[in-house]
Amino acid sequence: MSIFEYAPAPESAAIVDIRPSYDLFIGGAWVESAGERRHKSVNPATEDVLAEITEATAADVDHAVAAARKAFDTVWGPMPGRDRAKYLFRIARLLQERSRELAVLESIDNGKPIRESRDVDLPLVAAHFFYYAGWADKLPYAGFGPDPRPVGVAGQVIPWNFPLLMLAWKIAPALACGNTVVLKPAETTSLTALAFAEICRQADLPAGVVNIVTGAGETGRALVEHPGIDKIAFTGSTEVGRQIARSAAGTAKRLTLELGGKAANVIFDDAALDQAVEGVVNGIFFNQGHVCCAGSRLLVQESVAAELIDRLKRRMATLRVGDPLDKNTDVGAINSAEQLDKIRTLSAAGEDEGAVRWSPPCELPSRGYWFAPTVFTEVAQSHRIAREEIFGPVLSVLTFRTPAEAVEKANNTPYGLSAGIWTEKGSRILWMAERLRAGVVWANTFNKFDPAAPFGGYKESGFGREGGRHGLEAYLDV
Amino acid sequence: MSTETLTDAPGGNAGLRAFLHGLPGVDQVGAEERAARLATRSIKTTAKAEAIDLAISMVDLTTLEGADTPGKVRALCAKAMHPDPADPSVPKVAAVCVYSDMVAVAVGALGASGIGVASVATAFPSGRAPLEAKLADTRAAVAAGATEIDMVIDRGAFLSGDYLKVYEEIVETKRACGGAHLKVILETGELVTYDNVRRASWLAMRAGADFIKTSTGKVSPAATPPVTLIMLEAVRDFRAETGRQVGVKPAGGIRTTKDAIKNLVLVNETAGPDWLTPAWFRLGASSLLNDLLMQRQKLTTGVYAGPDYFTLD
Repeated sequence: MSIFEYAPAPESAAIVDIRPSYDLFIGGAWVESAGERRHKSVNPATEDVLAEITEATAADVDHAVAAARKAFDTVWGPMPGRDRAKYLFRIARLLQERSRELAVLESIDNGKPIRESRDVDLPLVAAHFFYYAGWADKLPYAGFGPDPRPVGVAGQVIPWNFPLLMLAWKIAPALACGNTVVLKPAETTSLTALAFAEICRQADLPAGVVNIVTGAGETGRALVEHPGIDKIAFTGSTEVGRQIARSAAGTAKRLTLELGGKAANVIFDDAALDQAVEGVVNGIFFNQGHVCCAGSRLLVQESVAAELIDRLKRRMATLRVGDPLDKNTDVGAINSAEQLDKIRTLSAAGEDEGAVRWSPPCELPSRGYWFAPTVFTEVAQSHRIAREEIFGPVLSVLTFRTPAEAVEKANNTPYGLSAGIWTEKGSRILWMAERLRAGVVWANTFNKFDPAAPFGGYKESGFGREGGRHGLEAYLDV
Repeated sequence: MSTETLTDAPGGNAGLRAFLHGLPGVDQVGAEERAARLATRSIKTTAKAEAIDLAISMVDLTTLEGADTPGKVRALCAKAMHPDPADPSVPKVAAVCVYSDMVAVAVGALGASGIGVASVATAFPSGRAPLEAKLADTRAAVAAGATEIDMVIDRGAFLSGDYLKVYEEIVETKRACGGAHLKVILETGELVTYDNVRRASWLAMRAGADFIKTSTGKVSPAATPPVTLIMLEAVRDFRAETGRQVGVKPAGGIRTTKDAIKNLVLVNETAGPDWLTPAWFRLGASSLLNDLLMQRQKLTTGVYAGPDYFTLD
């Protein structure tokens, strides 16, 4: 019998040009740090060092905030919306033109499969800039009064799971509203933000409108605690979010937080099972599960649980784990050794507490950070793997008997970012959506994003909304 | 769900309806998304060479024109045996598919080549004839030497909810086939919804179909990837349920090597590699073969030859 093996189909890495080391992007120019500290950024799929990244000091952050303030006061703030729109449209088009290069760079730096960076991340990145470019000259019609004003200088800190997409979510609305920004990308995934700095120059964006300071937690702290910023936007862990909220308390700084999640994906017995299985796979194995709104808790009606789990396991056995640059790869590398440790620790806890662990047979590359797609069955609400955010390709399966029980279990979490409902019954979708305490509720689909749709959390998943008309509010003085 | 194939539908039409409508639904958006995602698999080098040869060996080389002549059929049979006269390493196709009055010609031309002779019967393509006429058509084709019968279902009966009529016609046709394999054409373009495709697939399999086939090729849309995906899921689930394996044949609109490879990827990742053989998967096509030959030569020699370098039929 013929076995149909796919030959490797890697995207060429030759299209990207990675410098051996990077400085900071401040006031429209590459600027050397006042300090000496640098760290190495590695390719998580190979552990090869990609580049040296500067750790910006408090003095560098100060410099960047001053540049942003100057640009806000003299150029960007007073500029008519229609002119700001031209710059944003120009950036959006440049992102599209360079999308193949940026997708490859993102996959090398982050470990995510090229299929996702190429087909999901980059199209959405450009779409966000196009969308908010459209708002720049229509702010009086956004429903926040006849003359909403920009807030000022925004300090933005973004995570490593969707480096360029999170940059777009933060920078596009801020600039559209007339603010200037200082952005700190995650320390393990700074390369696309630094490439974006080049795009700002290519677009002739006035100096200081976008400033990029790289570094780790200390740099982030210097930025959010800087007295010269008017607004903090943070996406990342709930733990860091708490510290930021504490530091911003009592100041005039505005704050939006987009934090962790432990989303419930609820499958009823009348769901289209094959498509529900696809939705579960997309919900938890998309981007290696490094998704704050990942459907990491599968709640399945007891009457179809066995059948659904069988189908899910069969489907998981077809997932292709490996080289992120291979166009046939479904699941790429874990972003860092530290994250891999965390996933391993929590998975071990799952086994210790009595849940049943299963992974399809799959050969993982010997170098790099890898974790096989994993499902835990017989999970109880009290298990750690049902409570804590794992942020990896690990799914916990729980069961329920009635719709009311499904709602109760879905809401029984400190988080509330997203949820999924799978049923062929429209009335039940509406009934559930009214009761689920989550910022996004997907029906018969999962992990769908659109610049026009607001995104944000309940409870420990944070507050404020990004995207859509609602996303403007965080950057306007209303 | 039943665990065996029955000749008498349990519970009559009501029982069949309850069974078919009890199958899990198909979400249109999700099914189309999945099929589209599988179409982005990148098949290159050795995998592509293997896929092309596999696809050639799965082709049911087809001519179903009112203007078919014995000469045309003999020419097609020659091509089926030696698809590329310049390259003997090219595999032969699985079967030649003709109207029932041309079966004897095809049988004679193919001789002992081992290539099957498939005949469309049962008032192809509309299926609008009395059962007796359909059965006579089938028996004539089998008597003339057809090894495979491609029957069409009564779409009117199916759409009006008369599942029992469809079921019984398949059972009767299967009986009339004797030793010949029965491929049941659902004409999915006329069934329209994926739920209908799924129900018709199960109906045909329970009535004894050896293969389920998407289309006659006379109705558009024909073999779209989502339809093939739904049918592959159906045969996979049917085997899990009953232990009996049923083949799948997309037909109509598959013209390029790319289309063919997309179909093989669908098979590989949906039903699984057990179906990746001419015994369980066929491509119904008339113009696909030359594109496969052209791409095959490109892979071997590195250069494209023009269409004039491949025989018309």
